[in-house]
Formats: sequence, C-alpha cells, structure tokens
Amino acid sequence: MLKEFFSSRKYVIFTGIFIGVSAAYLQKLGNPANMGICVACMVRDIAGALGLHRAEVVQYIRPEIIGFVLGSLIAALVFKEFKPRAGSASLVRFVLGFLAMVGALVFLGCPWRTLLRLAGGDGNALFGLAGLIVGIWIGIFFIKSGYNLGRNQRTYSMVGWVMPVVMVGLLLLLIFQPQLPSGAVFFSNKGPGAQHAPIFIALIIALVIGFLAQRTRFCTVAAVRDVILIKDTYLLTGVVSLLLAALVSNLILKQFNPGFQGQPIAHTSQLWNFGGMVLAGLAFTLAGGCPGRQLFLSGEGDADAAIFVLGMVVGASFSHNFAAASSPKGPSLWGPASVIAGLAICLVIGFSMSNLGKKGMEDKK
Amino acid sequence: MNQSIDVRGLSCPLPVVAVRNKLLEIKKGILEVLVDTGTSKDNITRMAVNIGWRVEEREEGEEYLLTISK
Repeated sequence: MLKEFFSSRKYVIFTGIFIGVSAAYLQKLGNPANMGICVACMVRDIAGALGLHRAEVVQYIRPEIIGFVLGSLIAALVFKEFKPRAGSASLVRFVLGFLAMVGALVFLGCPWRTLLRLAGGDGNALFGLAGLIVGIWIGIFFIKSGYNLGRNQRTYSMVGWVMPVVMVGLLLLLIFQPQLPSGAVFFSNKGPGAQHAPIFIALIIALVIGFLAQRTRFCTVAAVRDVILIKDTYLLTGVVSLLLAALVSNLILKQFNPGFQGQPIAHTSQLWNFGGMVLAGLAFTLAGGCPGRQLFLSGEGDADAAIFVLGMVVGASFSHNFAAASSPKGPSLWGPASVIAGLAICLVIGFSMSNLGKKGMEDKK
Repeated sequence: MNQSIDVRGLSCPLPVVAVRNKLLEIKKGILEVLVDTGTSKDNITRMAVNIGWRVEEREEGEEYLLTISK
C-alpha cells in the first residue's frame, strides 16, 4: 500500500517540488548561486577536498552527496530494495561517468543544475538544456538499436555496502576536518568551494531527497528519455515540478536574475554550453540515468552505478588538472577538444555495444 | 501458450523497452515477466497499464513475477 503511494504521480511531483524548494533555500543558506544542488559540481568539490585536483576554489566535502546515497540506502533497507548487484560492463560505466563529468564541467553543471540555473534566470542554461536533450536523443537512437551493457549479477551483501561506507567516511572527514601534513583535507577559503550551507541542515535535506528519490525513481535524464522512448510523462512531471518550485522559490527569495551576461558560475560560450551537455546527456543516457540517479542506485546496492560515480570523481579531477573544465570566462584550453574526443568515445561505445556493431550482445532475451 | 520474458539484471530502460516491444508485438494474450528490481517492476507496470494491459504482481523471494494480460 505504502509502496504504491510512493510510486504514484503525486509523489514524484512532491519530490520535484521538495528538491526545487530545497535547492533554492540551500543557496539562501550559503551554497553557491544557482547551485543549491549540483551533483556534478558537488562530486567535483569532493574530489578537490581529497586532493585529487588542485583547483583551490572548488574543494569541499559536500554533505548533499553523502545524504543522497545514505537517504537512498535507508529507503532501500526500509522497503526491502537493497539488492547488491554488479558486473554489467563496469569499466565502460566508469568511462561514461568520466566523460559525463567532462561534458558537465565544460557547461558548468549537471542536469539538476541546468534546471536550477534556468530557475535562477540564467539564459545560458537554455543552450545546456538543448544540448542535454540532443545528447539523450542520440542515446535513445542507440537504445533503439539494441544498445545493452549486459546483465548485472547479484553479489555479496558487502559489495552493496561499499559506497555507503565510503560516504560515512567522507562524513567523518567533513565533521572532524583533520589536517594532515600534505594539507589534506582541502577546503576552499574563497570561491564556490567556500560557499556552503550549514553541514547538518544540508545533510538532513539531502537524506530526505535521497529517500524520496529512491522511492519515486527520480531521474532528470529518464524524464526526457521516457517521453521520447516510451511516451511516459511520469518522471517529466517531477522534473517540471522541480523547475517551477525552484523558480517560485527564487522569486520569493529574490534570487531570480534574468539574463545571459554575468550569471553566477556560468559562461556565455553557447556552442560549448550546448556541446558540453550533448556529451553529458549522451553519457548519462548510455549509463542509464542522471548523476543523481547513479548516486541513489549506488545507495541501494548497485555497484555498477557506484563505479559510474567513481568515474565522475576521476573525470572531475582530469577536467581541472588538464584545463578541460570551463571557468566563468569561458571554455578552457582543452575543453572543446575534450568534448569532441568524449563524443567520439561515446559513439564508439554506442555503436560497438549495440546491434550496429558486428559483435553486439547476443543476450537480448 | 503464455509467453515469458526475463529482464533480470538489465539496467534502465532496457527492461521496460523489451517488455513494451513484446506487448506491441503480441497485441493480446498473456506475458509473464521476471523482474529483479523495484524500479523495473514499477516502470513496466506503469507502461503496461498506460497502453491498456492489466498487470498482476507476485513476489518470488527477492524477485517479482509480473503477469501482464489483455
């Protein structure tokens, strides 16, 4: 009964509204502008806090990411959906996570932040949104052509616990903030990494989001994909609710500043706003879901989704270490080339792991 | 004879796509679907009901058997 309640359309709408309002308030409480929640940016900040990249302005252990995984874990345990599983082309998922992050950091935001930037009045995000939809559409072409990463297998319970335990470890690092001789744990003194809401408020909000999203299967990429692929608007109603709730909240909180120039943590190179999100949208679609969804899946025991997230961590580090991540001034030296190379790799994956490739998966029962 | 399809272990959206294609192919009758995650179960159920099929769900250990009929 309760299970059906959570999978009803009104609950996915409620989840969207909760995320939209929370994101606006997290910004009010200290998170960076139009970045109340950004899965890509926040994973990137964690990579920086651990010293995996040296961009000093984006280093912080974001409790939102921790809460998403642990909230999903709690929901999965309560509703008996914690099912440790692994083994579906894990290395390819790692690569897709890496490339999705490269694309997101050229645009400067994941699908969640695309919506939040729009809700804050950032017109540049329209180009990101268009790119995201095109990327998803290309992914759908491959899915229709039999693209398949192969079946996962049930595995030891312990495997499913790895990601939640890693999150608890990160939470301890955040709370106690140990200072090692190397300088780790790194926390930004200025820039977006220095802007954050109070830890426990952010954590609790994220736990609730993780719980709700696990129940409703909330996914910003599937929202678009399902409309095109199977004509299902269930998730889209949740995503539109998020956008509208964030917009209304921003208007109330006086955080709505329409325009293209001078938008917070954004640039006006529309070609690469578009291109970056084509890459991200394609990589997310080939991996089965948006970065938030990958976190929620990793909380319910999906080790392949966890590996995608680890790919994002490494992708973020690469992007900042190799001048691929954009800055508010525009794309960096290697950003455009990274997007083109990333798209090429995604196309190779799409062609070679579908019926379009001569060695497509035999297992299509 | 009932037809069946096993979508265990497949990641989103392959289970729902596979079942949808099968339902569109057989047009009417009974299709049994073996599913292993709540997400796939919900997605398949919603899709099938949306296109006019009835769905009965039975838990079998940690998996689900969906009987889809029209």
